[in-house]
Amino acid sequence: MPNNNAVLGLKCRVCGKLYGKTAQFFCPDDSGPLEVAYDYDAIKPTVSRAKFAARPRNMWRYRELLPLDGEPTVGPQVGGTPLVRADRLADALGVERLWIKNDAVNFPTLSFKDRVVSVALSKARELGMRMVGCASTGNLANSVAALAASAGLETVILVPADLERTKIFGTAVYGAKVVKVAGTYDQVNRLCTQIVMKYGWGFVNVNLRPFYAEGSKTVGFEIAEDLGWRFPQHVVSPMAGGALIGKIYKAFTELSRLGIVDQPVTTKMYGAQAAGCNPISDCVKSNRERHKPIRTPNTICKSLAIGDPADGYFAAQLIKSTGGWAEDVTDAEIVEGMQLLARTEGIFAETAGGTTLAVAKKLIEQGRIPRNEEIVICVTGNGLKTQDCVFDALDEPSTIKPALAEFEELAGLAAETREPALV
Amino acid sequence: MAIKVQIPTPMREQAGGNAEVVVTGGTVKAAFDDLLRQYPALATKLFDNGKLRPYINVFVNDEDIRYLDEMDTAITDGVIVALIPAVAGG
Repeated sequence: MPNNNAVLGLKCRVCGKLYGKTAQFFCPDDSGPLEVAYDYDAIKPTVSRAKFAARPRNMWRYRELLPLDGEPTVGPQVGGTPLVRADRLADALGVERLWIKNDAVNFPTLSFKDRVVSVALSKARELGMRMVGCASTGNLANSVAALAASAGLETVILVPADLERTKIFGTAVYGAKVVKVAGTYDQVNRLCTQIVMKYGWGFVNVNLRPFYAEGSKTVGFEIAEDLGWRFPQHVVSPMAGGALIGKIYKAFTELSRLGIVDQPVTTKMYGAQAAGCNPISDCVKSNRERHKPIRTPNTICKSLAIGDPADGYFAAQLIKSTGGWAEDVTDAEIVEGMQLLARTEGIFAETAGGTTLAVAKKLIEQGRIPRNEEIVICVTGNGLKTQDCVFDALDEPSTIKPALAEFEELAGLAAETREPALV
Repeated sequence: MAIKVQIPTPMREQAGGNAEVVVTGGTVKAAFDDLLRQYPALATKLFDNGKLRPYINVFVNDEDIRYLDEMDTAITDGVIVALIPAVAGG
């Protein structure tokens, strides 16, 4: 196996101690989380805008800033999703410049999770692992199952038993062993940690998490590149475990540090949660030092229903230090957000996208996000996976006989030409 | 009272190589006091200035003590106390 010397190892985010590139996920001294550390001085001469741009449009065009030792072997076509200029939505929200980063069409499983999983499973193969898995609220389950199948890895996936059917069967179809756990996501997560500590399997969001989370940086790299190698003034991101928002910001700081973007990072970061599971937004709004875990999340937005987010502390700190803010919205607002995005931009996002949109709307109305500055809203998953949530908000389509007169009547057409008795 | 404390792998060296340590005590705090009396080297791994480190979760029979009475959570004979790193998920 080649060794990428620019990837220094895993560094404790509490004490700063550096460890090797192994499937280790917490510091043995203080149990703090580990994060991949890079030698940016070594990377700087090896990267350029032209070099990135000359590569295929997927997340691996930024491979120097991803933590693999060799070439990616899982998910070589992930990423490269559109940054959509959203003028109709901007008009509806009363803002001037707005973009949607649309990972609802990420390949292969229609959520941003394909980015993190392709890094984690490529790393699992480098480490010689055969058995992989995850704790999941759904999107991650789909992604691990699909990408592991494509790599011929054995897979076990644990999910809360009350998850949407679409997400459970959309996982099992790939041949993964799916286990429904009668409990919350946090209980599933704790069980997975115990499984990993006992059996050493490669769980992408447990012992592979330091590598896995780095994949989310590619959302930030793509946003900056698609804006013409610059940063937006405001980014609104959904928060579940709280890692994505931090990795988007880390991507910006790396591009700035490497001189790929020649401006300092002044982007304000905003986090979105559901009111029924809002530990991080509550932490920000109540100015707590640490989040208060939510024992039993209660929201239609199951993909964000993590009551005890691993990166909650860091997400809240980041939001405060960048001058951003966090908010949470009700289930009704989430459905309205999904419909607003669909009806203005033709993008059908899952409940997490509805949450992020509704939070952006709320922050704009509160004056937290100025109306005349550049805003990027991150949509991380596809509405086809959470269709049940919008059924009640939509009118059942009318049924008619295959007769022109019935269609005209329904559509309110040509009434004056019809006999009064028929009208 | 016999209570078992499960020790995560990276802390076992400080716990005499044991995966489980039998302790006594009527509360989680008392159980920790007994654990540290037996294995004082665990103290810096688990506590910082007398407070439990933020990235360790403590479970009593699979229930997080933050949803019970934290360190004052009452425990009885036969209970399993698990120390689990809190850095997974999402």
